[in-house]
Amino acid sequence: MPEPRPLRYVEALREAIDQEMTRDPSVFLFGLDVDDHLGIQGSTKGLVEKYGPDRVFTTPLSEDAMTGVAIGAAMAGMRPIHVHIRMDFMLLCMNQLVNIAAKASAMWGGQVRVPLVVRSMIGKSWGQGAQHSQGLHSLFMHIPGLKVVAPSNAHDAKGCLIAAIRDDHPVIFMEHRLLYPTSTEVDPAPFLVQPGQARICRPGQDITIVGISNMVQEAIRAAELLDEVGITAEVIDPIWLRPLDIDTILTSARRTRRLLVVDNGWTMCGASAEIVAAIAERAPEAGIHARRIGFADTTCPTSPWLEAHFYPNPASIAATAWNLVHPEAAPWQPSEEQAKLAYQTQFKGPF
Amino acid sequence: MNPTLISRLYTALRRIRRFEEITAEIYPSDRIKSPVHLAIGQEQVAVAVCDALSAEDWVGGSYRSHAMYLAKGGDMAQMMAEMYGKTTGCCRGKGGSMHVIAPEAGVMGSSAVVGTQIPVAAGYALAARHAGRGQVVAVFMGDGATEEGCYYETLNFAALHHLPLLFVVENNGYAIHEPLSKRRARPEAIHEVATALGVPATVIPDGDLFAIREAALTAVAALRRGEGPRLIEAQVYRWRQHVGPNEDFDQGYRDRAEAEPWMQNDPLARLAAQIPTADRATIDAAIESEIAAAVTFAETSPPPAPEELFRDA
Repeated sequence: MPEPRPLRYVEALREAIDQEMTRDPSVFLFGLDVDDHLGIQGSTKGLVEKYGPDRVFTTPLSEDAMTGVAIGAAMAGMRPIHVHIRMDFMLLCMNQLVNIAAKASAMWGGQVRVPLVVRSMIGKSWGQGAQHSQGLHSLFMHIPGLKVVAPSNAHDAKGCLIAAIRDDHPVIFMEHRLLYPTSTEVDPAPFLVQPGQARICRPGQDITIVGISNMVQEAIRAAELLDEVGITAEVIDPIWLRPLDIDTILTSARRTRRLLVVDNGWTMCGASAEIVAAIAERAPEAGIHARRIGFADTTCPTSPWLEAHFYPNPASIAATAWNLVHPEAAPWQPSEEQAKLAYQTQFKGPF
Repeated sequence: MNPTLISRLYTALRRIRRFEEITAEIYPSDRIKSPVHLAIGQEQVAVAVCDALSAEDWVGGSYRSHAMYLAKGGDMAQMMAEMYGKTTGCCRGKGGSMHVIAPEAGVMGSSAVVGTQIPVAAGYALAARHAGRGQVVAVFMGDGATEEGCYYETLNFAALHHLPLLFVVENNGYAIHEPLSKRRARPEAIHEVATALGVPATVIPDGDLFAIREAALTAVAALRRGEGPRLIEAQVYRWRQHVGPNEDFDQGYRDRAEAEPWMQNDPLARLAAQIPTADRATIDAAIESEIAAAVTFAETSPPPAPEELFRDA
């Protein structure tokens, strides 16, 4: 058996699609630019040459109808993967996703299934701004009948995408532009990261930090900053947001009695609100102190000086965690020099 | 004209008309637990188009789909049970009148949000082309649906990919209570848009059943030859309310005088006149007993158990 080897997130996505298209002739891939020379940052590169234009093809700029086409093809027995270059464009798909994809199985008495995967990428930095940066997962988490997954590393990107393609129900598959160049060890053979199973990324005693999507990476860096001031943080990646593995988070939070949820989205009615509410309902006696941080409660700006204040970052996550652990103490911030080391490499334009 | 054909079309049309008339009779009793959008007066479109299709072909439609469901071969008793909210219904009591489905008969499921099934049908057509067995798909929509963005998007995509998809516009002139003249600068543009986007279109201005059937046969033959999508716009008239069992000429938004020429030109009466009385009586009796059995089935079926709520979710 070939050993796991380092693979970039974007290559892991491509490998998952490639292996599933080989395994199952009903899988096809479509969306604007999936067959061009760039291939969605490389995640679909070479697939049209390998599988032909009947199984890998671009679309007109008709997100609403193209979502309907994907749903119809799925109900008729195929397994479409529909790709959006930015998640913001999925707002044009909401009627089909919410009114048909999510409801088809129940509404039509179990006589149809919708094995559909909708891939989309969230942007950040280099002026992505108001309409190229949104993490809209909470909109989809609200809807019974949809699964939502936000893999934070290359291993999970591959395993979750294979699980999503094999799932008989629609899966909203969220990627993050800044994760694309990151590498982890990935098994060359096909494998599944199944819905409803969170991962403890690093163990800790003092506080439970739940990160979502790219914020898992930021939370891990924050935990490293916290190590230096004697706080050990347990970082949990839910991976799948619906179905959500609340039990893993609950077990950890019962022990640490402090819960910080860091979302790659807004906090109002967001995934962080759901997680904190679910914990509060399940453990009223545990005395768990909870906080949420996420996008600033405003529209994402393009100017980097403003954008720096829009997102949680390792320093702000660490400072918030410190405050939860030491509510009586004076506020603490990691030094700028330390924090800089923890910052993510951002991408440079144009896209 | 061929008496077998006349008899077949009459049976199909009469079955739908009587099913909906009896639905309307039962309706005030509240035993039917579902909004009903009756096709009475415009059922001939579904009958004519489905007569041109084969059992393996697919149809999809809107909330006004009783006619399509029955014409394509959906089980009558299961649809009645569905409207009663029973587990024996075609959607196990979770779809009601607006979401009928019969995969075994090629009915891909109807949908209540206007226009949503147009691109979904294109997805079925894509899968049909991929399967390569010569299946075609017909999607039924009202004139209102042709104002939705997905109508234009799907016409373009279907033409681009030469999909075996027949767009069937049942143009009854009203979206709920609003006439075409208040909704479109150019009411004639419904089919012109199709042509402009590469989908050849035929208009049947008087809703004639035989003309629709001829157009459908021609269109389906082209689809099976892989020549790309086609559109038929049949101009028809809805005799009853948008939703509900009654007439609504007292509501002020349209006049009975507008309906009368259509009623005098009732395709069911015209077919009936071509069938010997004794033969017609035999057909009619069989239909009445089929409907009575469907009503009995619906009424005697058990209501769903609470655990059905989460089944198939």
